[in-house]
Amino acid sequence: MGWFRRLREGIQTATGNKKEAPEGLWYQCKACKETSTMKELKENFFKCPFCNYHVRISSKEYFGLIFDGNYETLFDNLRARDVLQFTDLKPYPQRIEETMKKTRLTEAMTVAKGKVNKRPLVIAAMDFNFIGGSMGAVVGEKISLSIDHCLAHRIPLLIISKSGGARMMEAAFSLMQMAKTAAKLTLLAKAGIPYFSLLTDPTTGGGTASYAMLGDINFAEPQALIGFAGPRVIRETIKRDLPEDFQTSEFLVEHGFLDFVVDRKELRERISDLLYLFDEKNRVLVADAEND
Amino acid sequence: MVFLDFEQPLESLYEQLDKIRQVGEEGEIDVSVMIKELETKIKNKRKELYNNLSGWQKVQISRHPERPYTLYYIRQMSRKFVELHGDRYVKDDKAIVGGLANLDGQTVMLIGHQKGVNTKMRQFRNFGMANPDGYRKALRLMKMAERFQMPVVTLIDTPGAYPGLEAEERGQAEAIARNLFEMAQLRVPIICIVIGEGASGGALGIGVGDRVYMLEYTWYSVISPESCSSILWHSWDYKEQAAEALKLTADDMHAFGLIDGIIKEPVGGAHSNPEEMAKLLKRQIKKAITELSEMTPEDRIEARINKYAGMGVYDVVSETATDDNNNVPSDEK
Ligand SMILES: [Zn+2]
Repeated sequence: MGWFRRLREGIQTATGNKKEAPEGLWYQCKACKETSTMKELKENFFKCPFCNYHVRISSKEYFGLIFDGNYETLFDNLRARDVLQFTDLKPYPQRIEETMKKTRLTEAMTVAKGKVNKRPLVIAAMDFNFIGGSMGAVVGEKISLSIDHCLAHRIPLLIISKSGGARMMEAAFSLMQMAKTAAKLTLLAKAGIPYFSLLTDPTTGGGTASYAMLGDINFAEPQALIGFAGPRVIRETIKRDLPEDFQTSEFLVEHGFLDFVVDRKELRERISDLLYLFDEKNRVLVADAEND
Repeated sequence: MVFLDFEQPLESLYEQLDKIRQVGEEGEIDVSVMIKELETKIKNKRKELYNNLSGWQKVQISRHPERPYTLYYIRQMSRKFVELHGDRYVKDDKAIVGGLANLDGQTVMLIGHQKGVNTKMRQFRNFGMANPDGYRKALRLMKMAERFQMPVVTLIDTPGAYPGLEAEERGQAEAIARNLFEMAQLRVPIICIVIGEGASGGALGIGVGDRVYMLEYTWYSVISPESCSSILWHSWDYKEQAAEALKLTADDMHAFGLIDGIIKEPVGGAHSNPEEMAKLLKRQIKKAITELSEMTPEDRIEARINKYAGMGVYDVVSETATDDNNNVPSDEK
């Protein structure tokens, strides 16, 4: 099966009867400013055909790119609650409602279960469009429930991070999602179930400082912004310019915090390889297996 | 004495007191009655002010320049203290201190953010903003405590993890994440107390515990009121509103179930009576150690993880979402 067909199938499955992106629509690249058609872009794994810039895509698009075809979304019934009665320039419930309408998403993370080359995988993928991919109680709970699901069925977990950090409107509740997700991830580690963390552009703040950096394998798409503090804050703090490649995926590989960078074209295959290599049938030591 | 803006009424009373004392020293008039009266007035005024503090005022108290810091508490609480340095990888971070202390016979690993007591020391301590090396030092000490079955006590007081170039190069995010992960599974009791500022991941990086307490006039949240104002209000001028909106006080945090208790401060705040504050702190730590010692490591870890897993409030809707987002690349709007 060719990549192209798989991609198309995935998208069709993902969207069902929903409207497709209008064909013939133009896309202007953010990086090189060249224009390509939406069709060309899609056929190129949502990368600019001219400069390979990886366009920010949604959770659904990742599911389409990675899964064999069909997949089932999980924990769709969770919604943010305004427990603090938080109002900045607008009330938090209004912000949520407007965001839901605009993005047609219910939260900054969607979880789905499917197969990659016939091996099961749970993917929890973030959407930057939803309040900057911010981590609130729903994101934390979806990760927590995903881990429970992976533990119960002994399925590997992939979290695709794309987050500006904590959701300020949930204040300390948001902060505690860092502790919550990290604590739950220890259970996966103890059970010997692999957790893969894919960091995409951008992954900063609280998400990075918890689940995103805790993968058994940490990897990223090319040229993604990855860090704890944002570059603007750092520049203001140290009062000098930052190196050009600062906080890119490649920078993080160089400094030892990522295992590798993967082009989106090879993403599915790389995940498939990992699932094969980590497959319990393939990795249990021969001596141990004989003792069973 | 340093007075905060809302303490102005106190400052003028103290000025009056000084003047009367001067008159008294000149010896012409007996001022003892007047002094007594003024002292009562000051006491009452302080009580009045401290009974009606706003979120922002508590933030101010938590940053009071005369407020006691970690090393002060350690010296007050422990007759012996051996400070341990370095993360064994890169360097010794001065913004986090730690070492072996002993609370009336019980050896503990005591770790905390450390702010400087004067201009020079504030620089030296990097204003209590740790680099990855600080979090890794803290983790090294915690793992040592685990090997030797000593409880871990952490004192939290930071305006945030340091947002610097080297901090990013050395993996600030990874260092904090690793601590959250390891602290969740540490086999010895962990007791964490916010003694000043509890800002975001920089605080939480040594803040995952079986018992988490806040001193009465401290704050703990995902962001400082100033930064919150700057991001959400697009201006630095809404820090008071932001402080209220974030619900960052000890009372709020306790009401939300995000901390396990509040340790009362002396009237006028910890800085008005540091020795008393250290006594109250020590009493609470000892009490928590006694309680936690009765549990097995496995039970403690399970309870700890369940506590954090239960944090977060959300709604559950009955219908499942069927909405799919369209296929237009979701490049940022
Ligand atoms: Zn391009």
